[in-house]
Amino acid sequence: MPLTEKHRAYWRRTLRVTSILLAIWFVATFVVAFFARELNQLDFIGPLGFYMGAQGSLIIYVLIIVYYAHHQNKLDDELGAQEARE
Amino acid sequence: MSSRQSSFYAQLKKYYGFYTGGFLVFILLVGGLEWLGVQPRILGYIFLFATILLYAGIGFMSKTAEVSEYYVAGRRVPAIFNGMATGADWMSAASFIGMAGTLYHAGFDGLAFVMGWTGGYCLVALFLAPYLRKFGQFTIPDFLGARYGGNLPRFVGIIVTITCSFTYVVAQIYGVGIITSRLTGLEFGIGVFVGLAGILVCSFLGGMRAVTWTQVAQYIILIVAYMIPVVWLSIKHTGTPVPQIFAYTSALPRVTALEKEFNDKTTPKGAAEDSVRRILSERVAATDAKLKRLATGGERYLAEEKRKMVAEAEALKVVDMPDVRAIVTAERAIRRFPADPDAAREAWAKERAGAAAQAEPVKPHAEPFAGKDEAERARKRKNFLALVLCLMVGTAALPHILMRYYTTPSVRAARISVGWSLFFIFLLYFTAPALAILVKAEVYGNVVGSSFAQLPSWVSSWAAVDKALMSITDINKDGIVQLAEISIDGDLIVLITPEIAGLPYVISGLVAAGGLAAALSTADGLLLTIANALSHDLYYKMIDPKAPTTRRIAVSKGLLLAAALIAAYVTLLKPGNILFLVGAAFSLAASGFFPALVLGVFWKRANKLGAILGMATGLFVCGYYMIRTYPFFGVNDTLWYDIDPISAGVFGIPAGFIGVIVGSLISPPPPQDMQELVDHVRYPKLASDIEAFGRR
Repeated sequence: MPLTEKHRAYWRRTLRVTSILLAIWFVATFVVAFFARELNQLDFIGPLGFYMGAQGSLIIYVLIIVYYAHHQNKLDDELGAQEARE
Repeated sequence: MSSRQSSFYAQLKKYYGFYTGGFLVFILLVGGLEWLGVQPRILGYIFLFATILLYAGIGFMSKTAEVSEYYVAGRRVPAIFNGMATGADWMSAASFIGMAGTLYHAGFDGLAFVMGWTGGYCLVALFLAPYLRKFGQFTIPDFLGARYGGNLPRFVGIIVTITCSFTYVVAQIYGVGIITSRLTGLEFGIGVFVGLAGILVCSFLGGMRAVTWTQVAQYIILIVAYMIPVVWLSIKHTGTPVPQIFAYTSALPRVTALEKEFNDKTTPKGAAEDSVRRILSERVAATDAKLKRLATGGERYLAEEKRKMVAEAEALKVVDMPDVRAIVTAERAIRRFPADPDAAREAWAKERAGAAAQAEPVKPHAEPFAGKDEAERARKRKNFLALVLCLMVGTAALPHILMRYYTTPSVRAARISVGWSLFFIFLLYFTAPALAILVKAEVYGNVVGSSFAQLPSWVSSWAAVDKALMSITDINKDGIVQLAEISIDGDLIVLITPEIAGLPYVISGLVAAGGLAAALSTADGLLLTIANALSHDLYYKMIDPKAPTTRRIAVSKGLLLAAALIAAYVTLLKPGNILFLVGAAFSLAASGFFPALVLGVFWKRANKLGAILGMATGLFVCGYYMIRTYPFFGVNDTLWYDIDPISAGVFGIPAGFIGVIVGSLISPPPPQDMQELVDHVRYPKLASDIEAFGRR
């Protein structure tokens, strides 16, 4: 399958969304956990640092995956991917 | 969605809707039996056999002899159902039973498991699931074999698959044995085999197809079983049915206030705690002295101690009014007295550790990385981050999870399915920390301070079952319960929740059935992964590529049986350290698989030598660190950068990446057809390609 400009655009956009979401994942996990003691000074449904580890980061993870699926499936449509749709 | 697929989907929704309704009616019926006065033991048997029969029934209905049905459930599992199946596949006994207990004891530091076992799905979604689905074969070694070419990468893949899946399955079967024996009072060994029968009937007859539909059923049971008691407990403690918010706003502040009180000697409760802690510290010192004399005296000292105990017991008997209870206690102590210096050292060291832990001030639940000084806090934080990393990367490399994304109908469905998977897992994982806090609120608020004469019924009944699970003794003899006088095994937290909440026994039976569903579903998925790696990759792809379909499936079934029996045998040896086994499986998978899989998609230049070198180095570095540092192996080398052995993947993962990169750069780029495979996996077929090059 020879690659066309459309393929390259597809991959560029995939890599971009992948790296942005990965950065969010990194912040929600490692930066948040690293500063957990400091975050605990703030109060949001309990101490914030604890809340993030118990729930906040998990919600972000779900949103990352849902956004990625939505974005990629839309990208497939936009470029006219002929893959099975279900 | 094609009309066939959509009518299949509608049918599934109807079936599982009826199933869930039927299950709730079943719970009510068993509740009715309890109300009529049927014994709890009988109710336990009903739950055990009804659920195992149910799984076997689904397995029997899904029996198949077709290759694509057997290996990938016909690739028509809708995203949401694959999500539930992955949830059950993923959540093991460790999640269902152990997680809340770990959080109860470790507080914030236990959240490493909550974050690690959910955040890993981001990596699955972004790096692997859609690409593996596009590749569209049967197993993970399949991908390695096709992408890197030749049998060697496939073979290394088989080794990694089996190493990590087998370590993990032993932990699951152990869980099955424990739960079955607690639910019914059967012996541990018999429990293992009853559970094993349940696992086998299902996967044996219908492979992935049967496992998938059973796992969906198991997910429904396990989530219902987890939620009911927690919601009830939340109503009791916070007045609302939403533990995930109100445990933090209403129960956590109370727990924190009590922690402060217990640690403050000027308050009455703090003073009482202090008196218990001082007695415990004295016991620690006494045990230390015993250990010291054992080190010099050895066998002779041990014999002398035993003689003293016997003499004391005899002295009790010769008085006018013998105290029978004291005599029984003394004789039991003599029977349990360690037989040789090694056993004595082990038993006393354990005793010392237990007393020392209880003599410590209460650790604040919500405080991250609590420690004496800045250095200890920094070390804890570093290990927290390392463990989270290993668990996450391991999640994205465990073959039994990745394999599930081969079963969706399309790449689009695979992407959505990862979202559903994490959502269903999230439901349990974001409840566990709330549950731990609610139980803590009960223990700190209601058990501590009550009198020994009037303990809550769940306390006295569990303390009677097994001292190792729960013990409560009046150490300072004031007749009032102090926190330092209670010890609860973490595995008990989930099991006692229904009783704390004041629910009838039927809910306790339901919780045990939920734990069983969690352990069985994970064991199913793992055994199938092992059998498929051997039958499909080793036998069919490497030994006899001309084997007919029937023989391939027959071989797979035979291997499944063999793997199950070997795993059960290993479980019966009770290798111990279950949590370490699970952690080891994650670190091994992360170091062995993740670099070669991800670079296989994202770096076209990665080639055969790179893959082999990467997998081998990753696995070697990770295994080497574990063997050198984990106390079980007896080497006890110094730790690298203070990283605990369970997080050995921190060194293995980078070693794996370096291996793939160096190996690929020192050898020629992969041949044209491999590069085309990468393109095939990365790009969808576009409408414009079909116009330009024809439909191929």
